[in-house]
Amino acid sequence: MYEGAVQDLIDELGRLPGVGPKGAQRIAFHLLQADPQDVERLSDVLLAVKEKVRYCERCFNVAESQLCRVCADQRRDQSAICVVEEPKDVVAIERTREFRGTYHVLGGAISPIDGIGPGDLRFTELMTRLASGEVTEVIIATDPNLEGEATAAYLSRFLKGMDLKVTRLASGLPVGGDLEYADEVTLGRAFEGRTLVHV
Amino acid sequence: MPTYRDEAIVLRTQKLGESDRIITLLTRRLGKVRAVGRGVRKTKSKFGARLEPAMVIDVQCYEGRSLDTVTQTESIDPLGDRLARGIETWTAASVMLETCDRLTEEREPALQQFLLLRGALTSLAGAVHDPNLVLDAYLLRAMAIAGYAPSFHDCAKCGAPGPHLAFNVVGGGSVCPLCRPPGSAAPARETLGLLSALLTGDWVIADASDPRHRREGAGLVAAFLQWHLERGLRSLRMVER
Repeated sequence: MYEGAVQDLIDELGRLPGVGPKGAQRIAFHLLQADPQDVERLSDVLLAVKEKVRYCERCFNVAESQLCRVCADQRRDQSAICVVEEPKDVVAIERTREFRGTYHVLGGAISPIDGIGPGDLRFTELMTRLASGEVTEVIIATDPNLEGEATAAYLSRFLKGMDLKVTRLASGLPVGGDLEYADEVTLGRAFEGRTLVHV
Repeated sequence: MPTYRDEAIVLRTQKLGESDRIITLLTRRLGKVRAVGRGVRKTKSKFGARLEPAMVIDVQCYEGRSLDTVTQTESIDPLGDRLARGIETWTAASVMLETCDRLTEEREPALQQFLLLRGALTSLAGAVHDPNLVLDAYLLRAMAIAGYAPSFHDCAKCGAPGPHLAFNVVGGGSVCPLCRPPGSAAPARETLGLLSALLTGDWVIADASDPRHRREGAGLVAAFLQWHLERGLRSLRMVER
């Protein structure tokens, strides 16, 4: 145990995800030895992120104004919505430069074992957006795990009957791997989602 | 490091660090074990898909001080993949997995619980019966294996031959007029018949039951389960009755 401020800092850092007691101690001593300007910059950034950052009123991505960068961009295709679990998924899809539509961040996935049901996610807000009639395609891009699959199944049932094209991101074999190492579930999905080369 | 290999059902997963997961497994021989799946959240993971809830796998781990580490897995039955395709089956499966997690202790062999869970998940994935009936049948039998078998016929307190009209969760099931504590429920006779059928596996009676009695029975099962587990199940609240 250290005294006063050092121990307080270690305790606070230790509460961060993925930071254990040893890691917290290492970061605390790094900050102790760092230039005061560097530490000040870090503390300013931490305060600014809490003060400025909020959720986009339309898609619930992180934003610094009422709308996020994607929703505020008039050049984006407003007729396609890509539904993702978390704001970090938006960044991952944006990196591909393949999608020019808008997003909708659900805020997680259906996980009964963690007490998260459909009522805890932003399905109602999605329905409100779809009610405008401007959207013609919904792309479900939940995580390729079973919670993401259950969320996608719920969402597709939710959207059934609406005059919409509903698609799900393909899942299958990773680029750069050997087929023999693929597990049965992934390989099965790859077969389900195989594409037509020619008839 | 000693290693072991066993057949297992994945009960739950929790994120750990950047790309790892803590996997809670119910194994056939060793009972419940917790192991780290290194890098399983990466898309290129060789066994990430097999270490998802409700998957039945052949797993090899090496023992650690607090947590074991998964080194190899082979899929035996990818039940989770089929169950996650419907919200009703996924919710019911989640309740089963959470109940099993709560009823078993780490490193204490629980073969009966293992076999029951595997059978219940298989039945759920097979979609032969109503998912809620399969869930209630599982919950009643899992409690019976754990030593909390409710009585649906004879008096749970004095053993007086039934059938009796009152049902008391704290008292252990059906109670006779003399033993009946205040506040006991008075379910329909058919409801008690349905619960008894679910406990014994009489699916002819269970499948023919009325939705009204199914709902009433589910309420009694939930109350009975939560009383004995002492703490509510998070997933049980998500089940639509």
